[in-house]
Amino acid sequence: MKGCAVMDKVKSLDDLRKMKAAMQNATELREKGQNIDKLIEVKVSMATCGIAAGARETMAAMMDEATKRGIKNIVFTQSGCMGYCHSEPTVTIVRPGEEPVTFGEVKGKRITEIFDSYILKGELVDGIIPLSSKSIHD
Amino acid sequence: MINLNIDGKYVKVPKGATILDAAKQLGIEIPTLCHLDLHDLGVVNKAASCRICVVEVKGRRNLAPACATPVTEGMEVHTNTMRVLNARKTVLELLLSDHPKDCLTCAKSGQCDLQDLAERFCLRENRYEGGAQSTYKKDVSPAIARDMDKCIMCRRCETMCNDVQTVGALSGVNRGFNAVVAPAFDMPLEESVCTFCGQCVAVCPTGALVERDYSWQVIEAIADPDKVVVVQTAPAVRAALGECFGMEPGTLVTGKMASALRQMGFNYVFDTDFAADLTIMEEGAELLDRITRFLSGDKSVRLPILTSCCPAWVKFFEHQYPDLLDVPSTAKSPQQMFGAIAKNYLAEKLGIPREKLVVVSVMPCLAKKYECARPEFAVNGNPDVDISITTRELAHLIKRANIDFMSLPEGDFDSPLGESTGAAVIFGTTGGVIEAATRTAVEWLTGKPLDDVNFTALRGLEGCREAKLKVGDLELHIGIAHELGNARKLLDSIRAGTVEPFHAIEIMACPGGCIGGGGQPYHHGEMEIIRKRAQAIYREDEGKTRRKSHENPDIIKLYEEYLGKPLGEKSHHLLHTHYFKRHKI
Amino acid sequence: MANVRMHVLVCGGTGCTSSRSLEIVDALRAEIKAQGLAEEVKVVIAGCFGFCEKGPIVKISPDNTFYVQVTPEDAKEIVAEHIVKGRKVSRLLYVDPKTTEHISDSKHMDFYKKQLRIALRNCGFLDPENIGEYIARDGYMALGKALFEMTPKEVVDEVKKSGLRGRGGGGFPTGLKWEIAASYKADQKYVICNADEGDPGAFMDRSVLEGDPHSIIEAMAICGYAIGASKGVVYIRAEYPLAVERLQKAIVAARETGLLGNNILGSDFSFDIDMYYGAGAFVCGEETALIRSLQSERGEPTSKPPFPAESGFWGKPSNVNNVETFANIPVIFLKGAEWFASIGTAKSKGTKVFALAGKVNNVGLVEVPMGTTLREVIFDIGGGIRNGKKFKAAQTGGPSGGCLTEKFLDTPIDYDNLIAAGSMMGSGGMIVLDEDDCMVNVAKFYLGFTVEESCGKCTPCRVGNKRMLEMLEKISEGKATEKDLGRLRELAGIIKDTSLCGLGQTAPNPVLSTLDNFYDEYLAHVRDKRCPAGKCKSLMQYVIDPAKCKGCTMCAKVCPAGAISGKVKEPHVINQDKCVKCGACFATCKFGAISKR
Repeated sequence: MKGCAVMDKVKSLDDLRKMKAAMQNATELREKGQNIDKLIEVKVSMATCGIAAGARETMAAMMDEATKRGIKNIVFTQSGCMGYCHSEPTVTIVRPGEEPVTFGEVKGKRITEIFDSYILKGELVDGIIPLSSKSIHD
Repeated sequence: MINLNIDGKYVKVPKGATILDAAKQLGIEIPTLCHLDLHDLGVVNKAASCRICVVEVKGRRNLAPACATPVTEGMEVHTNTMRVLNARKTVLELLLSDHPKDCLTCAKSGQCDLQDLAERFCLRENRYEGGAQSTYKKDVSPAIARDMDKCIMCRRCETMCNDVQTVGALSGVNRGFNAVVAPAFDMPLEESVCTFCGQCVAVCPTGALVERDYSWQVIEAIADPDKVVVVQTAPAVRAALGECFGMEPGTLVTGKMASALRQMGFNYVFDTDFAADLTIMEEGAELLDRITRFLSGDKSVRLPILTSCCPAWVKFFEHQYPDLLDVPSTAKSPQQMFGAIAKNYLAEKLGIPREKLVVVSVMPCLAKKYECARPEFAVNGNPDVDISITTRELAHLIKRANIDFMSLPEGDFDSPLGESTGAAVIFGTTGGVIEAATRTAVEWLTGKPLDDVNFTALRGLEGCREAKLKVGDLELHIGIAHELGNARKLLDSIRAGTVEPFHAIEIMACPGGCIGGGGQPYHHGEMEIIRKRAQAIYREDEGKTRRKSHENPDIIKLYEEYLGKPLGEKSHHLLHTHYFKRHKI
Repeated sequence: MANVRMHVLVCGGTGCTSSRSLEIVDALRAEIKAQGLAEEVKVVIAGCFGFCEKGPIVKISPDNTFYVQVTPEDAKEIVAEHIVKGRKVSRLLYVDPKTTEHISDSKHMDFYKKQLRIALRNCGFLDPENIGEYIARDGYMALGKALFEMTPKEVVDEVKKSGLRGRGGGGFPTGLKWEIAASYKADQKYVICNADEGDPGAFMDRSVLEGDPHSIIEAMAICGYAIGASKGVVYIRAEYPLAVERLQKAIVAARETGLLGNNILGSDFSFDIDMYYGAGAFVCGEETALIRSLQSERGEPTSKPPFPAESGFWGKPSNVNNVETFANIPVIFLKGAEWFASIGTAKSKGTKVFALAGKVNNVGLVEVPMGTTLREVIFDIGGGIRNGKKFKAAQTGGPSGGCLTEKFLDTPIDYDNLIAAGSMMGSGGMIVLDEDDCMVNVAKFYLGFTVEESCGKCTPCRVGNKRMLEMLEKISEGKATEKDLGRLRELAGIIKDTSLCGLGQTAPNPVLSTLDNFYDEYLAHVRDKRCPAGKCKSLMQYVIDPAKCKGCTMCAKVCPAGAISGKVKEPHVINQDKCVKCGACFATCKFGAISKR
């Protein structure tokens, strides 16, 4: 839902609470950005090769999955080419306080798998790409 | 009651009193400048802007203005510590640093509150002289001269003009060092809504606002061998002129004034009171006419009839109530009736052309200077009244003519325009015109002589008054207002229909009527002076043998010889006028 | 609908918009659309981020990338690199001047590290024109809490307990002010928001109104409930067109949403707000002058008592608070008075926003907890003095304040400490001065401002301040004597003691404070006829160093006053009586032989 300028009237405190709930996702991204180190950060690699391999669809699917499962403490960002063109789309997941883990060929069923085990439980699944470098922005 | 201590003395004053009030009660005279308390008239200028009256209040961080600081229980005040005296002295030095030092040629010299303070503080030097002060253009209207270089921003004039008179011609403009009181857009006073009531001049503590002085023109006219110079004096002048010569307020100087005028060289010394009686004949007849027609069911009659003697009031309603121009009486003011009779009847009697006759009026008023300059009161450019001077200017003229006023004999007015009744005298105070009109109208209505001519219900100093008088079957409802703000209130309530309809209303622009006029000796905020002048007026009335205008023998003769009858063709031509719609800003 | 995965926040404050930030918005939107990302990426015009030195600011969420000094031409690269490919544009990142490292997240910048944003909490975060975003961030919940869980008295007590003091200058306890206004019985009362920010250089109120207008509306409604007022009035200066527009839109939105008007949230409480425009007179920030101006009268103060709480707008009890004060109110109710009171010093609670300006590296709007030291503000947040010059003083409190010298650098900033140090909090202007600033000149600047802005009502302010200014002019022209310094001090004291309103009572402060802290500098002007900082033109001299002068005659040729003489190949001299100090010789000399003294 988009934040709209003209709204329905709020006639009670309850209405206000409902409206707050409805509006929550209007600013959620920004709230999350302020506390990014306390959230599960999912970085989708979005270089030319990644996009060609369907990184954008992967990101959308993962966001949908998070919404479907009602996971709130997650934030999706993107990164540039990580050099794993053979395994695109690649996704790096950073659980708060833990080392980043990068998954290759994230699409279709693998998405639910990653959600089931790593995102929810912190259990690793197959297809992890060993990290060889650190980004200057981390 | 609140208890407090000032300079070590205990005093008890009512809640809401200021430190200044409390000090006064103890005989401690804290100097003031912007402060002006005319609370009898509902006028208090509490700007607290000059800061001359600052005092030390224990526990307070800074000094407090005594005039605007309400007392509190247990307050401890010091009015003469070094800190206070130094602050006052500095404030005064600052005021003077931005004030021209032309006291010797200033119209206010000797009457100036700022000058008095400088003297009281023994200022011998000014530590804070500054660069060139800002200069404003001088503004001279027919009645009032403004020299804003002398303005000290006390805002008394603004209070009078806006709060009391509700005219709104003067207000603070510009900021900081350049702040000054002026008409909107810095337009000349003459083009503004100013009514020339002169109340700004009456309260101005310095020479920033003064009357336009015409006294030299009087000297020139008297000295001119080709001219016959006659003078008329308004009723309120005789009750106040003595003050200029150190006499007690309320001293009547009618006889001495007549002698002085004669000694000065006027060819004839006449009385505006004569014209006041004439006014009653015309205005009374008009009132009677309107009431009779009204009672007989004539729907076109406009009631109440409003008096029109006061030129400031006339200009006020021309600006503020342009839709009501047919309501006021069409009778000219006594000054102008006198002028019309003098320039026609008298000139004819003396066998001279009107141009040879110079009519001088002595008035308690500044608006009269403006009134005699109104174009409709002139014939071929020759005004009915040539020069109008104030009570103050007359005093200066007497002094300049080396006349010892106190030792003058009691003189008399000349005939034929010098005879008057008690009814004319009371024109000088609020309620007087309507009382005079009532005396005549009632006798005319009933055809019977009055048992008592004193209509005390119409007297007093309250701003808006009303009275009901039983006249035969008719109950006359009469209203009185003095100060234009009160006039506005009354008119607005009539318009809104929130008051019972009136038959007649007297309106005077100045507080107390003409006795409190802008041309009278400065009262410096002493309301008691105005009260005493009113008492003097009623005393003069009491002392008169004839107290009803229609019994003035010279008036009766004037109608017989010359005018015919009230509201007749000749009097319509000479004694009545019409009004003009004027802009509202 | 696709998932919105990214927000691009662009500063829409007055500073950044005048550096074309709205063009950046258009360019970004166009570029995003061209890339087919309009559904995924949202561009938001936000309020001021405070880091005006580095504006225009563009911030990208959720990866919290803070781009500085962005131009519309950069939009293409931001979209192509960052938004499409996830590569941050490092040339647009902030560079830490100490480490020369690029910093991506504003949290790690010195400018933001020590800040605590309460009044500015939503500025640079929300779209001020979208009431939904405010509501999403607990907007109007504080009002709801007050209306349904608290009595008016409890609301007043909560504000009292928070220790919040007026942020407009005086520092009067806000809760106490509300309590006094609540104590008067009247058929009508008013809540007045003083948005007549006028201190030179201060713009925190403008930023709040531009960036978070709903917090002011909500706070005024809470105040209305507390004191029993159903009408609110915002007195805002017409020179703040953006603030006017945003607040106006916010009021309309609040009305349409039912958060202003009758029976708010179904309660018995009704409240609405009108806006009045001021013409920019500084004195109208004084509450009695403000009220007169509201009544269409000449903007000038009146004697107190009566205070507005007893007799204010149209003679009715009125509570006047300034914008920043109101901006703190909703947070107090959301987080509790105890939380608020835990921030700050013993007698000054919460935070204060300062408009940091002058000779400091990071100019901008900073909000710090009370008790932060001047050193932290100037050297940590402000990044120190420009061009490596020496710190001389910090001027706080605007034309009513004073100068804080080096010895106060480690004094915790709060209301009482600033007054003890001879200055005041004022509305939060903080101007940093370095060794090149002449303190006589500084005093002259501020006094010149008050002389210009005095309403002219009372004598000490109207004439006294003018006379003081003339004395300062005399000093900077070298025409004054030591006796004049004493006279200046005495007059300053009397103006403070006798003026009618706060403007006049505080106008001498910049003079007194510079006299106290820099007397030697004044003495140099009057005794030695010398301006140590070289600012006072009449006292400055150009001199030729005979050792360096080669006698090339260039200076003598360019001198328009014929003040320089000397033979070829011999050192020249300047006749000081003839010199007009135009500086032509100084600019011409190739050997650096001419210097200012």
